Amino acid sequence: MSSADNNNENNIENSTEISKVYASNMQNLIDEMDDDSNVIEIHDVMIRFNKNNLKVDNLKEYFVRLVTRQLMFQEFIALQDINLEVKRGESWGFVGTNGAGKSTLLKVISRILKPSRGTVKVGGTVAALIELGAGIDPQLTARENIYLNGTLLGYSKAFIESKFDEIVEFSELQEFLDSPVKNFSSGMKTRLAFSIATAVDPDILIADEILSVGDMKFRKKCSKKMTLMMRNGTTLLYVSHNLGAIRRQCQKAMWLDHGRIIMTGDSDVVCDAFETEMDSDEPILLAKNPANTAVK
Amino acid sequence: MKVKSGSFLEVFNYKDLLNQLVSRDLKLKYRRSFLGYVWSILNPLLIMIVMVIVFSKMFNRSIPHFPVYLFAGRTMYEFVIGACGKALGSITDNTSLLKKTYVSKFMFPFSKIVSSLVDYLFSLGAFLIVIVFTRSPFYWTMLLFPFVFIQAFVFACGLGFFLAQLHVFFRDTRYIWNAVTTMWMYCSAIFYPISMLPAWLQTLLDYFNPLYIYIKQFRALVHTGQLPDLTSIGLGCLYALLMFAIGVFFFRKNQDRFILYI
Repeated sequence: MSSADNNNENNIENSTEISKVYASNMQNLIDEMDDDSNVIEIHDVMIRFNKNNLKVDNLKEYFVRLVTRQLMFQEFIALQDINLEVKRGESWGFVGTNGAGKSTLLKVISRILKPSRGTVKVGGTVAALIELGAGIDPQLTARENIYLNGTLLGYSKAFIESKFDEIVEFSELQEFLDSPVKNFSSGMKTRLAFSIATAVDPDILIADEILSVGDMKFRKKCSKKMTLMMRNGTTLLYVSHNLGAIRRQCQKAMWLDHGRIIMTGDSDVVCDAFETEMDSDEPILLAKNPANTAVK
Repeated sequence: MKVKSGSFLEVFNYKDLLNQLVSRDLKLKYRRSFLGYVWSILNPLLIMIVMVIVFSKMFNRSIPHFPVYLFAGRTMYEFVIGACGKALGSITDNTSLLKKTYVSKFMFPFSKIVSSLVDYLFSLGAFLIVIVFTRSPFYWTMLLFPFVFIQAFVFACGLGFFLAQLHVFFRDTRYIWNAVTTMWMYCSAIFYPISMLPAWLQTLLDYFNPLYIYIKQFRALVHTGQLPDLTSIGLGCLYALLMFAIGVFFFRKNQDRFILYI
């Protein structure tokens, strides 16, 4: 297996030239950092959602609410007082119960969400593996989807063509290239999406629970690929409920609860504290921090 | 090209994606159909034949080469209304994409409008068939059609962006739009000569119906073989730029809030 690894590493070095073709599409998304050793700077970020908006999606409701002054009520603060500096090449894990705000934080970093307050600066290309398969159209064939999904992720067509064989080999879908994706099993779809997303070495890789899907063979492949990317200097941000995986893959960790940071530090330390808290019946650390309160 | 994130020009940073989205629309349109792309020409042709049969008895005496007159109006109408109709739902149809990855949001309506452009070019093919079949004259001015078309395209972009962002917040936009387009069709002198309307109504159409202004220019080029008058050209450009500015303004203002409402 080690010779295959060496081969892979050589491929990675050649591909940094090619990835410049891809990166030029995304140049305008890269910010200037205050401190050059940082690749992500998040300062005083707050995200506010409006719980009421589901009920107001037609004109009649809008005018009724406008007149009765019921618009913009019941705010939900998903994240507040978030400060984070990530240095290049670090690997961070994010732990917390469901609804703590982990996925929301990742969406802010990948610019899917804009913070209601505060600044987010991202100084590199981002590959976000949040729910794989964004943009895969079931009516199109695998071949067509590689181009569609690839361009959606920001790659240039020339780049996709140069990496096409590699993507197909990683996904092991050589025989099914020209069948429509709607006929694929869920494992095949995941393999396709993952191999497209990891075709390039991004500066920042964001993974949100992706290793929890797929069979063991696939999970091992993912894990190996992620380790390889990190050896090449990619910064990793990983959200998972699997504390073992966080301890293995990440150097540092952050514990989020109800939208606030409870603790940051070495992944072992944070994971231990989190486990202790979850195992005990009385909240120890959490009692020191107030629960979600509305911010004016 | 370094461009501010969130502006309309960002769309051109994603040229390959635009290419992929438009070709996907085209591929899927006629996949698994028997006649395939032939329908792109056959469809407008069949509609034309029906309309000519129905209306030519009424207007044949007052308008020479009535099929050409009719077709000119219809292709322009189909393009603008079709483009806007597709753009209207483009954000709400792609909620999963918007929630999972960062793409310039202008890309969604813009790719639909470009797809409509391709449909328009196909319908021009059908138009050529009609001209040949009805033995109507060819004019050199026909080659100038891109100048009218660009005005209509910019106008459609503006209106499309405006409708797309409105539909996210008010889902009844679709139904209001359906009513508006029906009324608009009757008010644009597509299948009747404008001379049938009272003079005050004619001036109203001349100055305040942008769709009619584009139809009028297009008809001047292909039906009567003349250059359109300067007022029409001026107003056409004015409406196009105005609508574009409005559409882009509202789209940019609200695009960060889309994700909270889809």
